[in-house]
Amino acid sequence: MFDVIVIGGGVIGCAVLDTLQKYNTKCLLLEKYDDVSCGASRANSGIVHAGYDCVPNTLKAELNVKGCKMMKELANELHVPYVNTGSLVVTTKNGRAGIEELYNKGIQNGVDVEIIGRDRILEIEPNVADDIELALYAKDAGIVSPYKLTIALCDHAILNGGEVKVGEEVVNVEKVADKFVVTTASGNKYEAKVVINCAGAGSMKLNKAIGAEVYEETFRRGDYFVLDQQEKAHINTVIFPLPDEKGKGILVAPTADGNVIYGPTSVVVEDGEDKSVSLDGLDQIRAGVAKTYKNANYRKVIRLYAGVRHVVGDDFVIEFSKKLQNYITVTGICSPGLTSAPAIGEKVKDMVGEIIELTAKETLVPNPEHPRFVNLSTEELNEKVKEDPRWGRLICRCEKVTEAEIVAAIHAPLPAKSVDAVKRRTRAGMGRCQGGFCGPRVIEIIARELNIPITSVKKDNGNSEIAIGKLKEIEYEI
Amino acid sequence: MKYDVCVIGGGPAGMAAALEARKNGSSVIILERDVKLGGILNQCIHNGFGLHYFKEELTGPEYASRFVKMVEETDIKVVLEAMVIGLTPDKVVTAVCPTEGVFTVEAKSVILAMGCRERTAGAIQMPGSRPAGIYTAGMAQRMMNIEGYRVGKKVVILGSGDIGLIMARRMTFEGAKVQMVLELMPYSSGLKRNIVQCLDDFDIPLHFAHTITRVVGKDRLEGLYYAEVGPDRKPKLETEKFVECDTLLLSVGLIPENDLISNVDIKMSPITTGAVVDEYRQTSIPGIFSCGNVLHVHDLVDNVSAEGTIAGEYASKYAKGELATSETSYKVNATNGVRYALPQSVYSGEGKVKVYFRVGDVFKNAKLIVKCGDEVIYSKKKMIFTPGEMESVELDKSKITGDIELSLEK
Repeated sequence: MFDVIVIGGGVIGCAVLDTLQKYNTKCLLLEKYDDVSCGASRANSGIVHAGYDCVPNTLKAELNVKGCKMMKELANELHVPYVNTGSLVVTTKNGRAGIEELYNKGIQNGVDVEIIGRDRILEIEPNVADDIELALYAKDAGIVSPYKLTIALCDHAILNGGEVKVGEEVVNVEKVADKFVVTTASGNKYEAKVVINCAGAGSMKLNKAIGAEVYEETFRRGDYFVLDQQEKAHINTVIFPLPDEKGKGILVAPTADGNVIYGPTSVVVEDGEDKSVSLDGLDQIRAGVAKTYKNANYRKVIRLYAGVRHVVGDDFVIEFSKKLQNYITVTGICSPGLTSAPAIGEKVKDMVGEIIELTAKETLVPNPEHPRFVNLSTEELNEKVKEDPRWGRLICRCEKVTEAEIVAAIHAPLPAKSVDAVKRRTRAGMGRCQGGFCGPRVIEIIARELNIPITSVKKDNGNSEIAIGKLKEIEYEI
Repeated sequence: MKYDVCVIGGGPAGMAAALEARKNGSSVIILERDVKLGGILNQCIHNGFGLHYFKEELTGPEYASRFVKMVEETDIKVVLEAMVIGLTPDKVVTAVCPTEGVFTVEAKSVILAMGCRERTAGAIQMPGSRPAGIYTAGMAQRMMNIEGYRVGKKVVILGSGDIGLIMARRMTFEGAKVQMVLELMPYSSGLKRNIVQCLDDFDIPLHFAHTITRVVGKDRLEGLYYAEVGPDRKPKLETEKFVECDTLLLSVGLIPENDLISNVDIKMSPITTGAVVDEYRQTSIPGIFSCGNVLHVHDLVDNVSAEGTIAGEYASKYAKGELATSETSYKVNATNGVRYALPQSVYSGEGKVKVYFRVGDVFKNAKLIVKCGDEVIYSKKKMIFTPGEMESVELDKSKITGDIELSLEK
């Protein structure tokens, strides 16, 4: 019997779990995919928004501003890449009204914002488009690696007593007497006093299935370009256009992991898991980027991706169910959901505190630092190679990832069991050759470390095995 | 460590260069990132290698092993699993390997022989989803030929580069159904012999001027939409069709892997994306040489070895202080249908010099003209010039008295 079951291992679920594990609770997180951070948490802009564009006095405004303030320290504690880049919302001379409106919202939300002219803009970001005259500058904005944050929150929660089960899709939540029985697709049953639905794109489907509150939802897909690390030399900060009804618009930003992204689009889709990039979307991004940034270089594109925003009305929904006592729904966590995650964790923890008595733990186990080859000095590295030669074996050439880093990820609190899971944790395969060289070697290391056949190693989830059989081993029909 | 010549990369270019440098009396070290010498040849188990160099037909591993044996018979120092992470203009090479950790090699000459990498789905901005089942042709080749695994059953190949063509045949041999090869351009970027031997012989259709418009599949590839492209290379969506497949191989171009020198001020060619070199395969930094696929992408390993030999000879001469600097240098320009010519400069003197070139389109019954000033110093008529086949001309140096220019006369 658990105190709390959290459904969904995105950044919200993991933040909720981690916050609760700072108290004397026994919690379980159930994730339907084989790893955490497989939904919107891995495919977004990775921006720590300052909070100037949220409608004042909404949950979004409150939790964004609070989350932005928490993020720097949290990322530091968890050893997650974070950079306080600041952000610019830029416009031509015709956009003054829009900038002023944002400024006023920012002031109401308690955000440090200022309106600046072209000279100041160029000091901050020399590569804005030539007709940009005005900007809203928010110095507290930043960038964070969204999947690394999610994974680090998860690992931290596990180190502090939390349980995480992946590959467990919740299909039913039943109230039996005064406790919940949570059933997964594999037939396992788990009991808890409190259940928190953080299932993101799947959250309403679950609520519908179990008779909890259902709200009208929209999925908005966003396509992105990812650029080579070399492009980072051309961009210092996050550049947004003026926001419109569809969202924050197409941005140009460095990523905390060292690349540059252009995007996202905002296209309504039926399927909350539709992550396919469209030709049309890419054209929209090219057009959008040209309006704010003059150094776009599509020859340096190394990857495309898309993520889906889960939108429920105008605000986040974080509430107790009126139908199922002690059931909490956290849904509609679209932008600025990533920024708000730590604050949402706190808010949900307070709600849980109304049901069960929470006592803060005296000490917490910190996340181990995962040193990276690229950040080590020659002396540090040679020290490590002496102890473990795998520190001298570079597996991923483009991102310079050693075998030691890959092995550490495979044996982390939440083990990385697929090629993409290793990639998210170590960056092996995230460079310009996109795993062309290191892919087969990563597969081999995963198989060896987990003691499984090569043919069982997946790229990601489901039936994504890379090697489908040995040569000459079996006959098959086409 | 101190060596006269440091060779970065132990594939065919690097081994040929190292052997030649050693033959010329230099102390030589090869830094190879893989667990064995040979480079990509080790996974090219098909035949067709060595027809020019050894005058017989070998498989890739056979070709490589002949060079490995020659290297082993010398005192050339070979460090395996050594990834070079730094190079300075004064030729200090920094590398890392499991046995030594981080170490440096101080060399008098450095030979770049790092080879090339494959262009990816991301680089060509391929729309759709990103499931398992999409591989660069070379990665699939490694999975099959080195690791011994099958990667798919129903296959589509995008791009008609040589590795893709070879893999079409290879996968067919292993029981997979290769349904089609799609090529964006109206011509192939691969060798004619590979189209005949790997596609035509197995009735695999090759659709020119076609590309992928959308990849479908959540976890594993389920199929893809493809369409004809117009002269602007943009897909005509009204021609879009669907094909079911679980595997997509990409053979959409090779890129010289020059990342190591991105911070060294070596003059690069925007066309080959390799260094600009003189007749000796010397880059704009004296004493740094480049050869093989890191310099420009070759079709035949025989040419790679020949280029390595040139680089090795002159790297050794440079190390000994014997490389003449008094010769007059003349530019080699490419124009009018010739996409690039290499080396980009030649020296005055005696004897012959071989200039390699590629054309930018298919030209039938065209004539290659080499001019020095207004004077035609060489001409050759050919039934067909195609971008997929590297060509070469041997020129009399005595006729080169100024900058020369290669062009096509249609």
